Amino acid sequence: MSIAEAEAVAGGGASERAPLLAVRDLKTHYETADGTLRAVDGVSFELRRGETLGLVGESGCGKSTLGKTLLRLIRPTAGEVRFAGEDLATLDDGRLRKLRPRLQMVFQDPFGSLNPRHTIGEILNGPLIVHGRGTKTERRARIAWMLDKVGLPPDAGGRYPHEFSGGQRQRIGVARALILNPDLVVCDEPVSALDLSIQAQILNLLAALKRELDLSYLFISHDLSVVRYFADRVLVMYLGRIVESGPHDVLWAKPRHPYTQALIAAAPDPSRRRQAAPIAGDLPSARAVPTGCRFHPRCPKATDLCAREEPPLRALGGAEVACHHADA
Amino acid sequence: MAALLEVDRLSVAFPTATPVRELSFAVERGETLAIVGESGSGKSLTALALMRLLPPAGRIASGSVRFGGEDLARLDERAMRRVRGAEIAMVFQEPMTSLNPLKTLGAQIGEALRLHEGLSRRAARARAIELLDLVRIPEPHRRVDDYPHRLSGGMRQRAMIAIAVACGPRLLIADEPTTALDVTIQAQVLALLDRLRAELSMALLLITHDLGVVAQWADRVIVMYAGAKVEEASPHVLFERPLHPYAKGLLAASPRLETTRHYRDGPLTEIPGSIGSAARERGCAFAPRCPEAVSACRAQVPALTFAGEDRLVACPVALHTESREAPSPSIADAISTSSRRGEVRRPVL
Repeated sequence: MSIAEAEAVAGGGASERAPLLAVRDLKTHYETADGTLRAVDGVSFELRRGETLGLVGESGCGKSTLGKTLLRLIRPTAGEVRFAGEDLATLDDGRLRKLRPRLQMVFQDPFGSLNPRHTIGEILNGPLIVHGRGTKTERRARIAWMLDKVGLPPDAGGRYPHEFSGGQRQRIGVARALILNPDLVVCDEPVSALDLSIQAQILNLLAALKRELDLSYLFISHDLSVVRYFADRVLVMYLGRIVESGPHDVLWAKPRHPYTQALIAAAPDPSRRRQAAPIAGDLPSARAVPTGCRFHPRCPKATDLCAREEPPLRALGGAEVACHHADA
Repeated sequence: MAALLEVDRLSVAFPTATPVRELSFAVERGETLAIVGESGSGKSLTALALMRLLPPAGRIASGSVRFGGEDLARLDERAMRRVRGAEIAMVFQEPMTSLNPLKTLGAQIGEALRLHEGLSRRAARARAIELLDLVRIPEPHRRVDDYPHRLSGGMRQRAMIAIAVACGPRLLIADEPTTALDVTIQAQVLALLDRLRAELSMALLLITHDLGVVAQWADRVIVMYAGAKVEEASPHVLFERPLHPYAKGLLAASPRLETTRHYRDGPLTEIPGSIGSAARERGCAFAPRCPEAVSACRAQVPALTFAGEDRLVACPVALHTESREAPSPSIADAISTSSRRGEVRRPVL
């Protein structure tokens, strides 16, 4: 099967109106010696075709586990992940393998995720062979095209990962994720390890490729300013749950959850000289999740109700907020 | 009164490279001076050189580090040990790798106190509890007997800071102190460092890649690129009107939380290329990536020149443009100040 034919078969039949990905009450728990770690603990959202959905939160909030669970790199404990008419959460390995090309991932540390003994050409050829795409000549043409698309020189295919700078390695990571022409790419902190001047190069590249290749992104980051720039809609995650979600203009203009407000207030801002830290305390352990609202021990607005009852996500002024005390 | 620390034409050399070149700056008493730069800028090696903690292959090749009437660059190791920890202390990025996992917090804080101040075991322990309280670690009486792995990342960095300020240093060097921390914890730790700076009357040399941190917490900022200072200014002035093309590029390339800029409206301004090739340049290290470079930039390293009061920039092209747009205050003043400081060569223009 040629590359174009394979892609036509793999990508055909999806309705334009249905969300690309629909997640329902997803849970990923780990059993550890110290008890159950509830990394992802009841998450629901939809990702629409053509959008960049930003997922923001601090380390330990479960955002990376969520990204990996969506791609079934980790098997969920419960819940549903609808993609292309299938439930990825329960799909058997054979059918999952057929869908894999359409769901890819870009990692934070491009060097750690590239095999140092393989040339860039071999790294890009691997997925094409595994999924039986094209003849040798077609694959070679596809690799050359891909290198050009991510802004690497034509001779990059014959070189090894260590010969490239951090920014170029992330271009290789992007090329590897896109070589099978996916629909959805989970970008897990793709620019966090890069210097500022290189960050902009990679963000611009991801934006250009998204437009050109009709991609949808789940963009995971701890960096609010990057998500502010790059996401169409935003999910804010705290201790395994989504606490707020909404279109970027609504969410940034009026964050309603006290945790979102605290995150924004904590980000360094030139206009607030030497201002004191807005939020006290550490993120609690996902092994000992607080009762009621998970944020209540750190929340300035918390009441008895918050300690008792976990607030559900509810629609509020164009966004969704999980807070008893949020107002429109 | 002389500055607390005066670094004059400091160069750090390794067998095959000179990652810090002719760097001069001063830290005044009680101020926060930020050195900002990307990886490869030489900012961390500068900090290690001041502490005389360079890796074995590295050495201070030239220049001086004046502190308390002495040149730290020439001090023997014995004398340096009296300065290190007592007069100048340092906090690193990764608290877990700089804390000893086999010793309690109390033992690690007490170590410096017993060494430098000759405190008894009991007195050192009492002081350690006070210090844990000072850095706002809850339940210091209990925590003093804890091992580092029992603490969260933010609490470990607080413990590192407690160790660093134990002997009341006059200068605290913090090398990317919050880079490994989450944003809410980062804000807490920066607020703590700033409070200690004021309460303990120490100066803070803050080394960071984060422009937001600089803008919020520094009194002055030095921008480094490929081992050299390219601009120095107050954060306010730098962020309002950066002069050096590298500083301009960095600010333009950064997504900012307080703006409404969105990828659907257009790309971020990029700085093309990477810092990798800078070492081979004969002239300005930034020239290969610079949108404003002219042929002269590749011929010789541009001198640092005053561009207004307390503002230095190493770019004749930017300075020329700036002086056309808004005449900079008195070049004559700049020349006289520069010769007085002995730091800056004659303005090029």
